[in-house]
Amino acid sequence: MDDLDRAIIDRLQTGFPVCERPFLVAAQMLGTSEDDIIMRIDRLLQSGTLTRFGPLFQVERMGGALTLAAMRVSADRFDATAACVNAMPEVAHNYEREHPLNMWFVLATETPEAMQDVVDRIEARTGLPVLTFPKEREYFVGLDLKTLR
Amino acid sequence: MSAIDRSIVEKLQGGLPLTPRPYAAVAESIGVDPEVVLARIGAMLADGRIRRIGVVPNHYELGWRANGMSVWDVDDAEVDALGARVGALPAVTHCYRRPRRLPEWRYNLFAMVHGRDRDEVAAHVAEIAGILGAAAVAHDVLFSTRILKKTGFRLAAA
Repeated sequence: MDDLDRAIIDRLQTGFPVCERPFLVAAQMLGTSEDDIIMRIDRLLQSGTLTRFGPLFQVERMGGALTLAAMRVSADRFDATAACVNAMPEVAHNYEREHPLNMWFVLATETPEAMQDVVDRIEARTGLPVLTFPKEREYFVGLDLKTLR
Repeated sequence: MSAIDRSIVEKLQGGLPLTPRPYAAVAESIGVDPEVVLARIGAMLADGRIRRIGVVPNHYELGWRANGMSVWDVDDAEVDALGARVGALPAVTHCYRRPRRLPEWRYNLFAMVHGRDRDEVAAHVAEIAGILGAAAVAHDVLFSTRILKKTGFRLAAA
């Protein structure tokens, strides 16, 4: 990763242009060519330095619902349970954490009514109880973390 | 959500195409004029359905190797005022109030903390403890050990 890659990561996390040639606009801002920006974003996605490129949606504003959820999964069943949970399109993120409740994931549904059904399906497929922690109040959601030098 | 907006969201949820005219590519695939796609995305940004457009880095790859979900059992009467102060700390990237699930889970304030290593996270957790003072009667820090999935929101197949 060179300085231009770092600049892409630090300066293009928000405000990517919405216009006919957005990569050209971004390239001019960062002092390179349109082709170079496209090639670099592609490379950073391929290498896993970027997980996504594009719009981030605010599920609740789209009429949907979000909740954090957690399960207590035994070590011998962990990978199979993770595969089962991850296969569901409603699972947006999933993290393993050091705690007896060791699997923490975010569920996103198109309607609030669909949430309970998704939780029920995860419990049925994994045979494990799911604790849900829907947001009651949002104090802060940060936009970005910069590259470290 | 209108049918056009839904089509645009479906096309974009996997990411913006890596071509010189990405919005025109989306427009062509759903059979509308490029100007319509630009206008609808602008409207979704304005009303908050799209939070932002850009690159989403893998925090681990950037050197933010330690990620701790700090969780706190805070007096219900004080949690809102204190949560706002915790959320304002630069090291806290997300801060929410969530329900307790007794007896298994006593914590009602969740603050996500990132650092280069666990010591750095621990220092930020100490800072949070200082803000919460006696209003927090217990806390824990759940470090992440693996990202199992990170794809973001997906509309179910229509």
